[in-house]
Amino acid sequence: MSGLSLAVRQVRYENLAFWRNPAAAFFTFAFPLMFLLIFNLAFGNEPIPLEGGRTVRFSTFIIPAIITFSIVNTQYTNIAMRIVFGRDAGLLKRVRGTPLPAWCFVFGVIAHAALVGLLLVAITIAAGALFYGVSVPTSTLPALVITLIVAAATYSALGLAISTVVPNADAAPAIVNFSILPLLFLSNIFIRIDEPPAWLDFIRELFPIIHTVRAVEAAFSPLTSGSGLRLGDLAFIALWGVAGAVVAARFFSWEPRR
Amino acid sequence: MTATAIRIRGLRKSYGELEAVKSIDLDVAEGRVFALLGPNGAGKTTTVEILEGYRNRSAGEVSVLGSDPQNADASFRRRVGIVLQSTGVEPYLTVSELIEQFRGYYPDPRPLDEIIEVVGLAAKRDERVKRLSGGQQRRLDVALGLAGNPDLLFLDEPTTGFDPGARRGAWQMISNLRELGVTVFLTTHYMDEAQSLADEVAILVEGRIAAQGPPGILTAGKQTRIRFQLPEDTRPPARSTAAGDYFEINTDEPTKELHELTSWALEGGVELDQLTVSHASLEDVYLELTEAEKGGAS
Repeated sequence: MSGLSLAVRQVRYENLAFWRNPAAAFFTFAFPLMFLLIFNLAFGNEPIPLEGGRTVRFSTFIIPAIITFSIVNTQYTNIAMRIVFGRDAGLLKRVRGTPLPAWCFVFGVIAHAALVGLLLVAITIAAGALFYGVSVPTSTLPALVITLIVAAATYSALGLAISTVVPNADAAPAIVNFSILPLLFLSNIFIRIDEPPAWLDFIRELFPIIHTVRAVEAAFSPLTSGSGLRLGDLAFIALWGVAGAVVAARFFSWEPRR
Repeated sequence: MTATAIRIRGLRKSYGELEAVKSIDLDVAEGRVFALLGPNGAGKTTTVEILEGYRNRSAGEVSVLGSDPQNADASFRRRVGIVLQSTGVEPYLTVSELIEQFRGYYPDPRPLDEIIEVVGLAAKRDERVKRLSGGQQRRLDVALGLAGNPDLLFLDEPTTGFDPGARRGAWQMISNLRELGVTVFLTTHYMDEAQSLADEVAILVEGRIAAQGPPGILTAGKQTRIRFQLPEDTRPPARSTAAGDYFEINTDEPTKELHELTSWALEGGVELDQLTVSHASLEDVYLELTEAEKGGAS
């Protein structure tokens, strides 16, 4: 069997195992929908008038934050957890002892996470459109797709990278959440900090999350004119992805630390 | 003269200051069941993991199926099955799904039904892994090791934690593998397991091979032990030594010795309670070697 078909096969088995644990699958999907509900309850969903007599619902402006959160969750958090738990259980070591090329295994984990992420984004947008009158972008849709691909690749690489510093499965939730939750709070995911103090602004601009929110907003907002592609932000996000990939390639471990 | 599956010369492995393996020479012929014995911490797992390609050695030469496992590539991996000590599989997949997944990694896998048959999991083939008992999960480990139809199978302590019935079942399974012509490299600390399964054993003590050969040859030349209990206040016969509640006579002439002992007992009207005559087992050889090492070290 060729490497590519082995890799695709891995995705199928990852998918099979994922859906066999319905509790875990349910909460993965319930998370963004819960945010959609909470944000609507908290902020309301007023129609906002635009130029030319159009109106847009307020919910349209909270979707990009939920999309970014979904991608960070499925790529960064879930991949890091999957790798660390698989490493601790000896699953990675076992796979290493077979002829399956290493990249096929990693591809299976990443691609499956990305499919779940994509499904989450689609469900979030669909639920927003269906229940809250969210405007779905058309002319900027290509920009949204490109932005999502860049973000998914970057957070996957970063998820693999963080797995190299987590010593064991017990420490994984604490370390992974600690590395990401503060940034999510500072980067307009859960709360909007529009005029931050200079130091805070400096710090959050160093990390990829706020750039991701911005890029998704540009590609999603009905206020955007033009392609909606924020190349500067995307390049910055991709740079983090490359750094993550380098760290992961250098330090990735198939066995738990002794 | 059969071909050599594993050849080791002057193998050493150090972890910093600690020398886990101190110069090992070994040969394992193709199609044989080889058992590496030794107490915990003797260097068994280190040695096996070097052969499996998981660890790099510090010094020496190693050839496994003609390849250096340190440069293990896909063609090496296709011919070797590995059953590790720690188990780790996807708990939500079923037995047959997992075996099917691993079969897909190999160009010429063993048929699914045959694997399930050999490891005795036919009744559990559609059961999810998390619902299997410990012994059944261990069988699944062996099944995954067999998936690729390997020429050489490593089994690292395959029956640890098994109840006696499950161990007998596992032994039967390993005998089945021998019938299939698979070379088996086994580590264990159960002597009876090695004695009944292995064509050849090596006993590893503190990183060195203390003895090596077929179990029958290792125990040959050892004395026969006559063991019995005596009623209280009975003077034991001259040649016996006390060993706990028992008295023992170790001898190269069991017939003569037994005759003299029973004559002595009949004359004195003494009943030899719990009388046994046994030849030295692998366990005796093992204990002798490991005790000697402990004595020498202290």
